Amino acid sequence: MSDFLDSSRLPDLADRPARRHPARRVSARRVSAGRRLALVLALVVALGLPLFLNDFWLQAGLFSMAAIVAAVGLTLLVGTAGQLSLGHAAFAALGAYAYTWTAGDTGAAPAGLGLPPLLALVAAAGCGAIAGALFSPISGRLRGIYLGLATVGLVFVSRHVLVNASSVTGGYNGRRVEPFSVPGFSFSNSEPDYLAVAGVEFEGLHRLWYLFVLVTAVAAALASNLRRSRSGRALASVRDGETTAAAMGINVRRAKATAFTVSSAYAGLGGALMALAFGRIAPDLFGLQLSIDFLIMIVIGGLGSVAGAAVGAVFVTTLPLVLTEYGADLPFLAAPGSGGLDGATLSRFAYGAAIIAVLLFLRGGLAGGLGRARSTLRDRRRAPSAGADGQAQPGRQADSGTAKDPGTAKDPGTAKDPAGPADRPEHELPSHSAPAVPSRSKETSA
Amino acid sequence: MSYLLTQLANGVSIGLVLGLVAGGFVIVFTSTGVLNFAHGSVVLTGAYLVAALQPDIGFWLAALVATAAAALLGVLVNAVLVRNLAEHNPATAAILMLGVDTVLLTEMTRRIGNRILPLGAPWGADVVSVGGVTVPTARVVAAGVAVVLFAALWFLFTRTGFGVAMRAAAADGDTASMMGIRLSRTGAAGWALAGGLAAVAGIFLTSFPTQGVAPSIGLTAFAAIPAWVLGGFDSLPGAVAGGLIVGVATALTVGYEDDLQVLGRGLGEVVPYAVMILVLLVRPNGLFGRQAANRV
Repeated sequence: MSDFLDSSRLPDLADRPARRHPARRVSARRVSAGRRLALVLALVVALGLPLFLNDFWLQAGLFSMAAIVAAVGLTLLVGTAGQLSLGHAAFAALGAYAYTWTAGDTGAAPAGLGLPPLLALVAAAGCGAIAGALFSPISGRLRGIYLGLATVGLVFVSRHVLVNASSVTGGYNGRRVEPFSVPGFSFSNSEPDYLAVAGVEFEGLHRLWYLFVLVTAVAAALASNLRRSRSGRALASVRDGETTAAAMGINVRRAKATAFTVSSAYAGLGGALMALAFGRIAPDLFGLQLSIDFLIMIVIGGLGSVAGAAVGAVFVTTLPLVLTEYGADLPFLAAPGSGGLDGATLSRFAYGAAIIAVLLFLRGGLAGGLGRARSTLRDRRRAPSAGADGQAQPGRQADSGTAKDPGTAKDPGTAKDPAGPADRPEHELPSHSAPAVPSRSKETSA
Repeated sequence: MSYLLTQLANGVSIGLVLGLVAGGFVIVFTSTGVLNFAHGSVVLTGAYLVAALQPDIGFWLAALVATAAAALLGVLVNAVLVRNLAEHNPATAAILMLGVDTVLLTEMTRRIGNRILPLGAPWGADVVSVGGVTVPTARVVAAGVAVVLFAALWFLFTRTGFGVAMRAAAADGDTASMMGIRLSRTGAAGWALAGGLAAVAGIFLTSFPTQGVAPSIGLTAFAAIPAWVLGGFDSLPGAVAGGLIVGVATALTVGYEDDLQVLGRGLGEVVPYAVMILVLLVRPNGLFGRQAANRV
């Protein structure tokens, strides 16, 4: 016991938290400011892009944003609550058809309700939520991958319903999707017939782009708020240990059912966006492969992170589109149908290989890898000052009074600092003691 | 009456084959904790190898080679990919297998194309008639082989030291490894067994009533997932029972489709999943699954 309370170490132990605490706060603030900057940049880019993109890329963007909404919902379920779902294509289908049916023309062949599209969009999310809630007897009781397998059934059952309930869904051939509109403005090529911004004619795709950016941003913001909220922490606690969570007073069953319901609502909304982006929907769009794609998006992106889900969704959605569109330009590719390696086949290979590579080499997916690369960069940038700090510390330990005063610090370590000791405001001093590793290793070796 | 019996016989036979596939899911899951989504592609790969090799080396040798190759494929996937995952947890392992499945299925689709490869099995398109019940010979052979294989599995897992070691590793890996059981070996054996079973199942899934080897077989094998889930995730007898339930239910729905028009066309594809959801509503751990230790 007396070893642990070695008097020579005591001052250090007592004073380390005080030294570290402000440092951590500063770096945390810096990260969140950086993240905010990145978000603003992303938003500006997203708003400006339609001015430069051609129809192919606009379409790819729309598909990506629809996928982002669904993937963000799924990452709440899988990453935050630890529940797996392979049934999200079913909820996306439900949302897509709910939108199409609610907004559909009353006189068209598969008739609709003829309600305003905005209401239909809400109905899509609502239907997703209701279907998710109806599944709660199963989703509340099963855990993790068990739930994932159970939800496989939903995709097949929903496909069966879609094919057979042709008075609403149009059967195998599907049905046309009513374009989105608010009174006086349509997100299609008409009404107003001609609309131009900065000399670029804004057609249906351009207009939809902004609607999608808005919906995606709101959905992502709500999701990251939910993750940080009381309910989000409850879900994370259920993920990390159901017994512990229950002991903390969390109703585990209800938490799991809630996560599933919220996630299904997101899938429904994402499905409605998909319907808008496609312009025509059919049951085959919402097969098991879509569920699998959703899951792959969030795992490639990095489980649980909203940004990761977005990155994964863009990657998974655009890769096949790009390889199919531009595959003809690659010299080693054969023509489609010739039995050789064509663009579609290559994109499937690349897709599978990308999944495998990310899972083998990137802990935490693309988002995790990006975060590590960023922190490595930051450490490297800080390394000189950290070294200086390490050398400065002995002086400070010997006589803390003089070392704290930057003007009197005479040892060579601080002189190396490019900023110069005198220019540095005193309150910033603790911030670059953040990499406390050198001092700690000194303590243990002492 | 004989119509009903015929449907039942078909259902039992298909159910046993599905049981083989479901058994592969169970063995991989219990021995390494991986949800093997690539299992359907392994089934397809096995069947494809038989079809591709049999013109040169004959059916039986081709079947043997295909079974060994499928087993080796499983072992390699486990050794090269699953064991090198950056984060080893069931969810990432499952997604990894989805990636493997994509690659395998794409390669198979590329090789097979739009063709349907004949399997060249000696039972061909023969049928057997017993007391008014007519079933394809392939189905009878399938049922026989499946029963023999299940008996062999039972023997392995209850009467041999290595089988018991595999069960111990499945029940509690940490303790088992402290008792001197090499988890890497039991894991590899599990993947090999599952691969071999998949190849055998692939042969029978592509035999007579089916035209031959086509990429859609991978999806047929997917119907073994409900069988696996129905039986409970970690029970081999459960997998057999689940396979039988799914097989019989599907055969009866397809056989009496005309009377079930109300429920829509193509009901046979949905029945396995509908049955699974219904059973899970009543018994969340499946019919034979271990009850989760903690109730919250």
